[in-house]
Amino acid sequence: MNAPTPSPLVLEDEKQGLFRVARKSFTDTEIMNAEYGNVFNKCWLYLGHESEVAKKGDFITRTVAKRNLLFTRDMNGVLNAFFNTCPHRGAEVCRERAGNSKHFQCFYHGWIFGCDGQLKSLPGADRYSADFKEQKRGNLVPVPRFSNYRGMCFINFDPQAGSLEDYLGNAREYLDLVLDQSESGMVILKGMQEYAIRANWKLLVENSNDGYHAATTHASYLDYLANTHALDKEVALRGVGRELGGGHAVVEYTAPWGRPIANWIPKWGEEGKKEMDALHAKLAERHGKERADRICFKNRNLLIFPNLVLNDIMAVTVRTFYPTAPNYMNVNGWALGPNEESSWARQYRLDNFLEFLGPGGFATPDDVEALESCQAGYQNALETGAEWNDISKGMGLDPFYDDEVQMRSFWKEWNRRVSGASTKEGGQS
Amino acid sequence: MSLPTRSEVEDFLYQEADLLDNWKLKEWLQLYTKDAEYQVPSTDLPKDASPVDSLFYIADDYVRLEQRVIRLGKKSMHSEYPRSKTRHLVTNVRVLGEVEGDIQVTAGFAVFRTKWGNTDTFVGSYDYRLRRNEGGLLIRKKRCLLDLDGLRPQGRVSILL
Ligand code: FES
Ligand SMILES: [Fe+2]
Repeated sequence: MNAPTPSPLVLEDEKQGLFRVARKSFTDTEIMNAEYGNVFNKCWLYLGHESEVAKKGDFITRTVAKRNLLFTRDMNGVLNAFFNTCPHRGAEVCRERAGNSKHFQCFYHGWIFGCDGQLKSLPGADRYSADFKEQKRGNLVPVPRFSNYRGMCFINFDPQAGSLEDYLGNAREYLDLVLDQSESGMVILKGMQEYAIRANWKLLVENSNDGYHAATTHASYLDYLANTHALDKEVALRGVGRELGGGHAVVEYTAPWGRPIANWIPKWGEEGKKEMDALHAKLAERHGKERADRICFKNRNLLIFPNLVLNDIMAVTVRTFYPTAPNYMNVNGWALGPNEESSWARQYRLDNFLEFLGPGGFATPDDVEALESCQAGYQNALETGAEWNDISKGMGLDPFYDDEVQMRSFWKEWNRRVSGASTKEGGQS
Repeated sequence: MSLPTRSEVEDFLYQEADLLDNWKLKEWLQLYTKDAEYQVPSTDLPKDASPVDSLFYIADDYVRLEQRVIRLGKKSMHSEYPRSKTRHLVTNVRVLGEVEGDIQVTAGFAVFRTKWGNTDTFVGSYDYRLRRNEGGLLIRKKRCLLDLDGLRPQGRVSILL
């Protein structure tokens, strides 16, 4: 594979404690095109959660990696992902965001498809070859690969891709720690946060599991927590960042905030304590005390390469994002919670979520500002001496939650796929 | 309860807009009752959605709204420091009647936010619940329903709508 540019994009030298990323990785259109070709068109990408299409006939339309997709549960209960384009002459066969329907009629010339993608009827069928339907070229085209991991549905545009389970690899351990939080299944809550950031998508990859920026970027959020006494002062921010292979990474740590999955804080009162204790006891019954403790009392910021973020913090957010230009990304964010959760805990979950997360939260807008500020700084990306980002924090030391090992994990895999090179020896492999 | 006239309500809402556009946020907060709610639902939710079971962009009670105002006054609130320029246009004001002791008012809005060379527009409708006190009107609830498909390109609602 040819590198899109001759010089290395990622440089690593363990002896010198050096890890650098070329800033043009955030500004160059050719590099973004290579990302679509070698990353988004080859990796397993998050489509949605099965709870979003819970009933037979449920559908949603969603853009994933610039594709217009239709996600359905057909009348046999089977989940499908189709390209939302009419096999006749291209119109979108479904023009609603979400709903329930046994079939979809393309309004342009009236072809009708079942929610399993089969062409059911077409006006003027007698003017087509007698076996037109049998030829199947009138059926909706499925995305080459679709796979469901415990309710989380992924697609892959590469028909040759390996299995989703293999792809997730060591990240499954951490996904399971989130998905085990419910006996009856985790579900996506109503309401989706759709927003954009005027910055390169990889800045949000880095930011989503960056333990280093909290004290300064989120100073006013920390003030707010102190003002409203929503903290358990006994518990410190402490933990580790881990490379999981395949570009996946996680930061796992304790934190002073409350978690509706059984990490009680005084603000929640005695009633809340009873409920949290009962939740913990149930989890211990199902998974043993050690695992229950880990589920409840540890926070996890998980990155599934390239762009699925699961932050299991004061609430659980699922987030994915795609570039439409090197300096612009569209972000989708959801809240995930246990299906059987009490309305009391659900309310705290959502309240916790909004306190910190999302475009109106007390933290995310400042992240957005930081990312846009980095992007503005990259106007100087090609100036001598200003062409590199430094990602070396914690190299050669015991892992700590606010180091940058999780970002190095991403960049190594990104570099392997985008420039076809190893990060070592000046990028030549 | 006697309903206020439209022009009385308009004067009140224009005053609110003026305080916001001049970043007099502590004074702005004084227009709110101590049990006030301030909400911006996510754009894919139905009009009557509740933050108790649905994910909003913002669902503040008075305590959090007050904290929001405090935060907006800080230099460490990086999204709004340096401050953006805003312009709140309020229009199509209608006094609909009385609901559970509150005066129900709707209005259309267009809010422009300018920063770093970008001007972003927030457009939608306000659903207000107002109360009378000796000095005039107070806001018991303000819900900002965005007529948008998401916050693209706006990216955030770090200002008050
Ligand atoms: S394009 Fe769909 S029926 Fe013609
Ligand atoms: Fe952050």
